[in-house]
Parts: sequence; C-alpha cells; structure tokens
Amino acid sequence: MKLDSKVPSGPIEKSWDKHRFELKLVNPANKRKFKVLVVGTGLAGASAAATMAELGYQVETFCVQDSARRAHSIAAQGGVNAAKNYPNDGDSIWRLFYDTVKGGDFRAREQNVYRLAQVSNNIIDQCVAQGVPFAREYGGTLSNRSFGGAQVSRTFYARGQTGQQLLLGAYSSLMRQVGLGTVKLHTRREMLDVVVVDGQARGIVCRNLVTGESETYWGDAVVLATGGYGNVYYLSTNANGSNVTATWRAHKRGAAFANPCYTQIHPTCVPVTGEYQSKLTLMSESLRNDGRVWVPKKKADPRNPQDIPEEDRDYYLERKYPAFGNLVPRDIASRAAKQMIDEDRGVGSTGLSVYLDFKDAIARIGEPKVREKYGNLFDMYHHITAENPYERPMRIYPAVHYTMGGLWVDYNLMTTIPGLFCLGEANFSDHGANRLGASALMQGLADGYFVLPYTIGGYFAGTKLAKVTTGHDAFKEAVSSVNARTQRLLKTGGKTSPSALHRKLGHIMWDNVGMGRTAKSLNTALSEIPALREEFWKSVAVTGSGEEFNQTLERAGRVADFLEFGELLAKDALTREESCGGHFREEHQTPDGEAKRDDDKFCHVAAWEYKGEGKPSERHVETLTFDNVHIAQRNYA
Amino acid sequence: MEQIMDNKLMNLTLKIWRQKDAAAEGELKSYALTGVSPDMSFLEMLDVLNEQLVAKGDDAVAFDHDCREGICGMCSLMIDGQAHGPEKAVTTCQLHMRQYKDGDTITIEPFRAKAFPVVRDLCVDRSAFDRIQQAGGFCSVNTGNAVDANSMLISHDTAEKSMDAAACIGCGACVAACPNASAMLFVGAKVSQYALLPQGQPEREKRALAMRAAMDAEGFGHCTNEYECEAACPKEIKISNIARLNREYFRATLISE
Repeated sequence: MKLDSKVPSGPIEKSWDKHRFELKLVNPANKRKFKVLVVGTGLAGASAAATMAELGYQVETFCVQDSARRAHSIAAQGGVNAAKNYPNDGDSIWRLFYDTVKGGDFRAREQNVYRLAQVSNNIIDQCVAQGVPFAREYGGTLSNRSFGGAQVSRTFYARGQTGQQLLLGAYSSLMRQVGLGTVKLHTRREMLDVVVVDGQARGIVCRNLVTGESETYWGDAVVLATGGYGNVYYLSTNANGSNVTATWRAHKRGAAFANPCYTQIHPTCVPVTGEYQSKLTLMSESLRNDGRVWVPKKKADPRNPQDIPEEDRDYYLERKYPAFGNLVPRDIASRAAKQMIDEDRGVGSTGLSVYLDFKDAIARIGEPKVREKYGNLFDMYHHITAENPYERPMRIYPAVHYTMGGLWVDYNLMTTIPGLFCLGEANFSDHGANRLGASALMQGLADGYFVLPYTIGGYFAGTKLAKVTTGHDAFKEAVSSVNARTQRLLKTGGKTSPSALHRKLGHIMWDNVGMGRTAKSLNTALSEIPALREEFWKSVAVTGSGEEFNQTLERAGRVADFLEFGELLAKDALTREESCGGHFREEHQTPDGEAKRDDDKFCHVAAWEYKGEGKPSERHVETLTFDNVHIAQRNYA
Repeated sequence: MEQIMDNKLMNLTLKIWRQKDAAAEGELKSYALTGVSPDMSFLEMLDVLNEQLVAKGDDAVAFDHDCREGICGMCSLMIDGQAHGPEKAVTTCQLHMRQYKDGDTITIEPFRAKAFPVVRDLCVDRSAFDRIQQAGGFCSVNTGNAVDANSMLISHDTAEKSMDAAACIGCGACVAACPNASAMLFVGAKVSQYALLPQGQPEREKRALAMRAAMDAEGFGHCTNEYECEAACPKEIKISNIARLNREYFRATLISE
C-alpha cells in the first residue's frame, strides 16, 4: 500500500486554488451520467449530496435513521468557527489555520488545515443564504463569541443548537434536490459492505432495516460520511446508534484506517449513575469559567458537600495549575479528574465524579447573574440528576466525545480505495491529535459543500470507469458475505444480550485505552479484547430473524465490528510511543504532566492496512512536514 | 458514600403495543419489570426490559431512539396517552423514571396517525414530514451562490423569532397529540422560520401553498384549535406559528395567480 497525499506543492495560500485549477472538469452535460452513493446524512453527507446534485450528478443517499434530518451532527451545541474577523479582533485565515494546527498538537496536514480555514468563510455565507437563524446583534449583523479557549471571537452560533440548525439547513437543501428528482433518499438502511470492482469502489450492500433484505446499489463513486467511533467505549456523548461499521467494513475491503488512537475526552459531562446508563450528556465547558472543581481531601468522605469545610476540600486544578486553574485544556482537566478518582476521592453514590462548585460565583455575582449565564445548563443538569446545582455542587466526569482518527484520505478526500471518499468525522484529515471546539461543524461542512464536489469531478474526469451493474459477481460475493455474517449472529444460541457484551468492551477500553494509557494497560486491552470477541461469538443472544425489523440484530452487528476495531485502536496507541493531543501515554509526559511528543520518531500519520482475518494489520506511515507553522510544545502550567 | 436521594428500586407493570409489521394486527401485552431505578431514563428502562426479553429468547420491543439528549427527534411514544409522557417540554429520552412510583402501570403505544403508519411495535413511519419539506421547506440557493453573510441585516428580534420556530425537532408529537392528527404545528413552524427571514421572501407564497398542499396530500387532519400540539411539543413551539401559517396561506392565495 502506498500513501500518496496528493498535497499540492508551492505556497500554502495558493495550494487549493492551484489544485482546483489542475483538477480536470466534467462537462456539465456529462455530469448526469455519473452516479454517487452517499452513506450518512449528517453535516458532511447531506451537504455533499445536495451540492453534487445541484451540480448535476445523480445522487443516492443512505442513512440508518428514519429521516435524513436526525444524524448526530444535530447534537453539536457550541458553534461553528470561521475566519470572518467580523469582530475586528485580529482574526484571519492564517490565524485560524495556525490555531488548528497547534491545537491538533502538530499531527495534521498543513495544506488540509489551510484549506479548511480558507473555506470556513464560505460556509457561513452559505448557511445564512439557506435561512439558518444564527444569533444576531441588535444592528442586524451576525454575533460571534469566543469558544474553547480561542483568543479571538470567531464562533458563529444559533443558541445552544448550532449543530441542529446547520444540519437542518443542509437537510433543507437535500430535500429540495429530492423534490427535484436529482437525489434518491434511502432511510432505515445500514451499509454493511463496500463493493470493489477492478480495484474501484462501485457500490454498496445495505441492510433494509425494515424488511431485513440485503439490497445492492451500484454507483461510479461511494462517499462515506458515517461519523466517529466513540461508542467503542460503550458510553460516550455520541448518539446510541453511532457506530464504526461502515468505515470498518470499508477498511476490510482495502481502505487504510488512520490514527485510531486519537480520541477526545471531554471533561464536563453528567456522570454515570448506574450500570443501566446508555449515554453520557455533555455540558458546555463554559461552566469552568465560573465553577471551581474540587474533591474532598479525605478518601471516601461520607459527608454532604455543603458540610465539608474549606480546609477539607482540595481544589486540585487550582493547586496543580495555578496559572490556568480551572481553565486548563480539556485533556488536562479530564486526566486530573481521573487521578482524583483513582485516589479514591471521587464523589457521588458511584464515586465516579468530582464537584463543580458555583458557591463562590453565586456569592460573588449573585444567583440571578449565574442563572443568566448558565441557566439552561443548570436546568439540564437538574433535570437529569434531580439535584439543584444552585444549592449543591454539580457532579461532573469526563466522557468520550469525538474521534480524530478515521479512514485515511488524500487531499481529494479519497481513501486508499479509488472511488471511495470519506468526509467529516469519519475521516482523519484535519484535526490532528486533538480537535478544537467549534471545529467539527466547520470540517463536516467544508468537506461536503466546498471540497468533495470539486475533487470528485477530478476523479471522474481522470478515471476510466467500466459499466457495472448489481449483477456483477463482486456484488454477489459481498451479499453472500453479509448474509453469512447475519446468519452467524443469529445462530450462536447464546444467552447474553449484545448490549451486555458491548458494556464489557466499554469497560476494557475505558480502563486501558482511556485518558491515560501505558504499555501495560494497552497490552492488557490487547489480550482482553480478542478473548471478549471469542466470548461474543459463543454467547451473544440475537432473537428474531434476519428477515424482519430487528434492532437486536443491528446492535449485535455493530458490537461485533467494535470488537474488531477496538483492538486496532489499542494497537495504534501501543505503537505510538509518545503523547500528543488526545493520546496520552503516561510514560511520555513532561514534569508538569503535559503531553510530551516525540517529533523525531512520530511526526507522522499512522495508517493501518487490513491483511485478512487473524493476520496482524500493517502500519504505514505518512510523514508530516511543517513548513508554515513552527513546531512547539504546548504549555499551560 | 453519600445517599443523595431515595434510590428505592421500583416494580412496574408495562402494557406495551406489540405489532410485528405494518400489515399485522397489534395488541397490548403486559410485562412485569422489577428493579427499576428512579435515575433511569424512560428509554433506559425499556433497554433493561429488552435485555431481559432477549436473554429469555423473546423478541425485543422495537422503539425509535438515537441521540438520547432530546435533540434528534427520533424518539416518540405515547405514554399513558400523552406524547413523550407526562412531563412538560421534554422528549421521551429525557423523561426519567423518578416521575413514577413503585407499583405503577404504564401504557406505552406508538404515535397514532393515519399519516404515520406503524413499522413495528412502537416505531412509526414519519417520512410524510420529509415529503412536506421536499414540497417547499427550503430556500432555493445552490452552494456557491451566497453573498457575504453580513450583507443582509436581520434584526436581533426577527432572528430570535425565526429561531423559536426553527427549534422544531420534527418528532411528530404535535400530530400524535392532536385529535385530528393535524400537522399544522410542524408545517407552521417551518413556514414561519422562512417567512420571518429576508432569505425566505422570494419563495414565500409558493412555499406556503406547496407545503400546505403536501400536508393535505399526506392525510393529516385539519386544525380545530385544540392546542394539544403546543402542550405536547417538547421544544415548546408556539401555536402562534399556526396562526402565521394561516395568514401566510391566505396571503398567498390572494397574491398568487
């Protein structure tokens, strides 16, 4: 396998223009001859599908939900970044580019990130034109706020529902095209295989989730926009249905998987209350602007928090990081909380949380002011936990939130399978080892509205595509392998529900491949995951049949893929013997507990090639060079 | 460890609508569920039931859900006759079992409407909403056409009003709650979002007529001012959006040829 990033040469400011000029064009009249299959209808998938249809391509979309409006992009709260510099506070394309490369801990491709910053402004224009009701100033201009520790106000937002409004904007454009007959919509479909003909991606196999039928679709290119793999940890802030299946099956057909160990853990989530817990809810980290994080000094202190006097409290972030205090970056705050819990100083009935206390803020600025700033978050917390955060400290705990790794793609967003493209969180491209706040929406829409619609034309114009129908043997082979797997899941005769086995995997991943990783913990994971996989195939209980609507079967298939993928994630973490961004190897830290990179050995993308069942995957390397941003150590002490 | 609330586990009787597929006859079946924690969400309670059913070799109860944080609009359920259950302004996924007490019987049914046929058990087909949106729920602007975002000034209050309408999650509770199974609140919210904004003006009349016609074609009923939709809406979309839809429709019939 050869990794050719196809990154343009020359000055970075001109690289995207130059590349677009060099891409061959498809004649407008010829576009309708090409059919594109788009899997996933979140920000990336919906925006790509609508835009390609506007250009004249035939498009078909697929999603697991009952409507294209429900993908998990909808849950993004904070906002979307752009380098508009409307607030006149010194922002620029270059600064957004610089912040994103640095925030990613120097593990992303410079040219991709520069392009992202460039098209960020077009995204805002496009969304406003669609009727997205962004927040406005009284004079009628767009509002901006500072977000995720950025020193400029570059985040555009629609209340705490920015993801929802951007997705509904993309969905409205997609529905317009469906109405015009240029897009065919397939809902309640789960992609279970990519069909490769003569080395090119030419179709997919889907399970029709209502009838259970294995359906085949052919196309001239296939686009995966199927989101991240955070649910390999069982509990995460992801939607319940989010999964790795589409990208994993593509990986098994030849698409390299890049940097799976880059996972982001968010420090301010509502903690777990019991074994039945099905998801973790994120609360905006703006809470740390006024809340103070603490745990009791004494282990397993049984007192109510209000009864614990100041001298018995450990405001550990303020103690350990006096300069930044409660505002240290996400990864540092998350790891510090874990350390407290490992010391048996966690609080709440499970011991799996720390306090976030607004007592001093209420005393300082008064309850009405606190309510004005954080009222909706306090209400949400109160609703979930039945505890009143105005009266007793909130309890928070870190949770898996976003995954920076994904299918390896070149500058054209094409994977190592020609004709198979990958967009949004599902690819690895722009965030390096850590994603900054309000950058996920930006990347999903950049890929879908402004990158893929150009690069896919270059692929079609420069590629010979034979005529293919779903009658081709490659489709028959893919269907029979999908059906065989379904039958295997149905026939184990076990007694354990897929969710129970998923929970077990989650424990292994969280304990050993979570916030702090060591060679020892990773080796533990690498021995426990295959054992659990074996247990899964002996003991999983899947009731019902394959020829009906069967959510237990759907879940089992996704868990089976997570059980394979989790091993690759752990292996990637073990071989990356450095700490960077969301990947923290405890052996590699500065005396202050910061992530310590090893740029001599690991300034590269690790892309894994699948070599067949039971065979070790092969690790390939794409070297990263930094010609425009000076590489430096992050420091927040 | 502190005990911050009464964590007494509950035993419940669940009466759940079971229906194999769209063509099959459905019926309510009773299930006894023990050990329900008040901290569970309603859907986590159903997860526990399903894990027990699957372990016994029975088919799990099918229900729609995804984000489990009240924003995707995928979850539904009529709980004791109320769309999204007894609590105001929450989706089923955000309803918690502390609303209930030991020994309670809870009846769980799918959203009922002619335009929302049952797919299986508690899942219904809400693709009618997609088709209404396809008829006119958009601004016809291709990618790349847009001018600079700040070249169009929109007052703060107008943007906020539009956002109030745009907050709709498309769950269909308004339809399920309405005795006529009308979709006027859903359509009213979408028409309002655009009618209030300058971007929506070029297609204002066309949109009101087309979406209204699509709604009727899907078999939704008419509005008779029951206000049930507003009461059931998890995002508190206001009935004034229906009034605006009526005005927009009336205006469009006068203006258009």
